[in-house]
Amino acid sequence: MNAKRRTFLKSAGAASTVAVAVAAGLIKPTSVMAAEWNKPAFDAKGMPDALKALGSVGAADSKDILIKAPDIAENGAVVPVEVTSKIAGTSSIVVMVEKNANPLTADFNLMNGAEGYVSTRIKMGQTSNVRVVVKAGAKSYTAVKEVKVTIGGCGG
Amino acid sequence: MAEPMKIRATMEGDAANIKVLMNHVMETGQRKDAKTGQLIPAHFIQTVSAHVNGKPVLEAQWSQAVSKNPFLGFKVKGAKAGDKVTVSWADNKGEKNSADAVVA
Repeated sequence: MNAKRRTFLKSAGAASTVAVAVAAGLIKPTSVMAAEWNKPAFDAKGMPDALKALGSVGAADSKDILIKAPDIAENGAVVPVEVTSKIAGTSSIVVMVEKNANPLTADFNLMNGAEGYVSTRIKMGQTSNVRVVVKAGAKSYTAVKEVKVTIGGCGG
Repeated sequence: MAEPMKIRATMEGDAANIKVLMNHVMETGQRKDAKTGQLIPAHFIQTVSAHVNGKPVLEAQWSQAVSKNPFLGFKVKGAKAGDKVTVSWADNKGEKNSADAVVA
């Protein structure tokens, strides 16, 4: 009985040490779990906050990013978006909808021969700019396309 | 929720064009139940990863703003016919699914 109690106390102590280290900022939870869902970025309410959480503030406008999306989307619940980045060394493509409650929609990391291209379908609450941020090397590039939405896709 | 996924991988020039259809409700958490007036809790795919012959090629993180029954298309250079493509996802409730296909 007593021995179990000792080990329990020990392990509890060890666990709280980690918690303290995390709280003190010694260990960043993000660095411990690299592939973990980026909650702060997805929860960000506005474009500036979302860009900040992604570390993409001050991205340069680029004409080498092509966004293929309809000019007018009849149904905001399904808006096809196709992104092609001609920038060499594209390592990540981020799709954001500026006027959605949470702008960050999808973050694609590409590696091992994956081309600077992704295609998906997204929801848009209202007419808005779709903003794409591309990371290549240490730099960020961006482009926008406006999509007019006649029936919103969020809310019921 | 373990409904089948559809994957199609075809060679286009020197790159494999991979298209995936997943079955998922992608509930935003902003919609209300018409009968009870209660918010329907969010339920959506958060992470998607794709491998070609075991090597990671794409890792995506999604929000609830990706459409219901999500579509994902991407291209991988250097892939060959016969390579094995595996795509898997996990959602915010811990549900997972994965499927594979052979590049044609």
